[in-house]
Amino acid sequence: MTTATQPVGRDDPWEAIPIAAIAVLGALLSIAGAATAEDSRFAVQMYTAAAGFVFGLWALAYWLANRRKTQPTKYQDNVVKAGVIASMFWGVAGMLVGVIIALQLAYPNLLYFADFGWTNFGRLRPLHTSAVIFAFGGNVLLATSFYVVQRTCRARLAGGAWPWFVFWGYQLFILLAGTGYLLGVTQGREYAEPAWYTDLWLTLVWVVYLLVFLATLWKRQEKHIYVANWFYLAFIVTIAMLHIVNNLAIPISFSNWFSYSAFSGVQDALTQWWYGHNAVGFFLTAGFLAIMYYFVPKQAERPIYSYRLSIVHFWALIFLYIWAGPHHLHYTALPQWAQSLGATFSIMLWMPSWGGMINGLMTLSGAWDKLRTDPVLRMLVVSVAFYGMSTFEGPVMSIRAVNSLSHYTDWTIGHVHSGALGWVGFVSFGALYCLTPWLWKRQRLYSLALVDWHFWIATLGIVLYITSMWVAGIMQGLMWRAYNELGFLEYSFVETVEAMNPYYIIRALGGGLYLVGALLMVYNLWRTARGDAPARADEPAPAAVAAE
Amino acid sequence: MWNFHKLLEKHTMILIVGILIVVSLGGLVQITPLFFIESTIERVEGVRPYTPLELAGRQIYIREGCYTCHSQMIRPLRDEVERYGHYSLAAESMYDHPFQWGSKRTGPDLARVGGRYSDEWQRDHLINPRSVVPESVMPPYAFLQRADVDAGRAAAHLRANRVVGVPYTDDMVANAAGDMRTQGDPTAADYDAFTARYPNAVVRDFDGDPSRLTEMDALIAYLQHLGTGVDFSTYEAEAPGNLR
Repeated sequence: MTTATQPVGRDDPWEAIPIAAIAVLGALLSIAGAATAEDSRFAVQMYTAAAGFVFGLWALAYWLANRRKTQPTKYQDNVVKAGVIASMFWGVAGMLVGVIIALQLAYPNLLYFADFGWTNFGRLRPLHTSAVIFAFGGNVLLATSFYVVQRTCRARLAGGAWPWFVFWGYQLFILLAGTGYLLGVTQGREYAEPAWYTDLWLTLVWVVYLLVFLATLWKRQEKHIYVANWFYLAFIVTIAMLHIVNNLAIPISFSNWFSYSAFSGVQDALTQWWYGHNAVGFFLTAGFLAIMYYFVPKQAERPIYSYRLSIVHFWALIFLYIWAGPHHLHYTALPQWAQSLGATFSIMLWMPSWGGMINGLMTLSGAWDKLRTDPVLRMLVVSVAFYGMSTFEGPVMSIRAVNSLSHYTDWTIGHVHSGALGWVGFVSFGALYCLTPWLWKRQRLYSLALVDWHFWIATLGIVLYITSMWVAGIMQGLMWRAYNELGFLEYSFVETVEAMNPYYIIRALGGGLYLVGALLMVYNLWRTARGDAPARADEPAPAAVAAE
Repeated sequence: MWNFHKLLEKHTMILIVGILIVVSLGGLVQITPLFFIESTIERVEGVRPYTPLELAGRQIYIREGCYTCHSQMIRPLRDEVERYGHYSLAAESMYDHPFQWGSKRTGPDLARVGGRYSDEWQRDHLINPRSVVPESVMPPYAFLQRADVDAGRAAAHLRANRVVGVPYTDDMVANAAGDMRTQGDPTAADYDAFTARYPNAVVRDFDGDPSRLTEMDALIAYLQHLGTGVDFSTYEAEAPGNLR
């Protein structure tokens, strides 16, 4: 600890001026947009944005007024705390929408109305995917990256109020995107649905995020940049590239939400899946591998298994991932050379993926016994195991023969969720269970028994989810291509829809269990942050949690 | 090599440049040739830009998230060709900004749904899918019947499409609003001029309510057009220019 020698705390108030300027400009543009709106959807979006900017100004004033009242700290942890809270909120919200749309497929009159389409499946589905990926996952990445970069650089987060700009700017992006989906404001590109103005706003926020992260790295007291930060950096830089290229579009006017994408047809398809698959590769993989590289060794109290493996698998992973997009377009009108190239790289991708898994799991060498006593570590380790499983399933599904069966079916949905629930979800929960006592300076979590419950309920939920989707997807694919003895297609399409029903019910149950687990976590973390005494005095004491 | 890597680990900018180079390669090699290799899009006859009403219907298709459950891409597999029709060509979506190939078939593929069902069936199905397909899990879209299409913005839609490369003529842009109304009204005066601008366009009252031009009209006009463009009698899959 070198607290005494650190230049700390007193953030420079001058950076508040450009932030205030952005907020004022944003508010004025939003009000102008609302005044000239060509339809009510755009008007609502602009009023929402204006309210967001006014709130931002208030938050800035609050920051200026209070920044000298508190003791200066070595690290900027309040923004990390905000990220932890936002992660919990958006996680529960996004998973709840997921359960609702799962139920809609099983019970198709749920929340369907003749007079408006706000809660139709087609509008809620992007809300679910964006909420869990960008709102939950994004806030986990923001919070952990801001925490990890400070600790591994032994430097306070750069930029004073700018990290807060990133945090609140990102929440405004989520708010505009999410409310937009309910209104029908979308670009019709999977995982890139937000409208052009929301994309522009995210671009600004993201560039500031990169600058804050870089400026903190420049302040570091360590010679070497820690491996977790390579992954965070690759995640931030690559997402910026993907986001900008994939969202190139021409709006029909500055007072309308609708835009036409710069590319069309086959070129547009490959650009979109170059983006789409690397949203998986860089948002949901590189970013969360960074979490693994900090929290697994920290919680296991063991060093990373292999430094050289981390180098090899880092560069191999980010190089190979970018090529994998075309496996989403097998047998389509995309030229076959591109399909084959994509499949080849997807299969090669198996190796660096498992390199990461091995590095994570083997970090437990000599500490495997902790899995018995520390449910948080267990969650982290099982997340890495799920990562290994879904990064094996992915290359298999990218083989053309397999893909001809699996594509368009619920097998894909099952695959995504074994990665999303098992890997991204569990590693995020593990990180949140670590961060909360560290940030709020508590000796330990409120209840380890509740973590145990969370772990087992969520694991059961995942198993129900992915097995039902495997069965449903493979059955669906086989039914579509089944022929009767006379050489005619055996099933009409709607017969395959009917056959899905029991599996859709099981899937909704699995998702519901996962949500219950997340609610247990929120309760547990809330009691931990409040500083409540542990639920039971006789609970096994955890391995002393290292509060920095 | 390990010593070289120490350089990257100690210098942020070198690391970031290294990352940028490594993550740029894949996209450059895979995506950019699609804009230059001529055979990427087959040479076909019959594909034309969408009419203003079809374009408005397409916007509704996007807005309602139809792509989350319906694909528009028939693969060249025996069962798909028998179920849905000729496999999809790249040329059929060359004016689609954005593409709507989809990735999931909770419902059937729609690439060639045009002309497969009557307007009345489409309207009843959109108002309440389970009234015509009891096992359906599709949401209802009765509200489309009550929302008017904004013909006033039709020209702006065409102009934006022209910026991104769709060959709308000045004539088409100038007549966009009128063309939108004409397509929903078989008695309209400029019927001939409209069908000259948009060959094979279907002109009729799609939603059964001749007094209004609704979002239901637009969406059904779009659906009835899907997959009907290419003249397959003149398409040669084995022609050298179409081999990919």
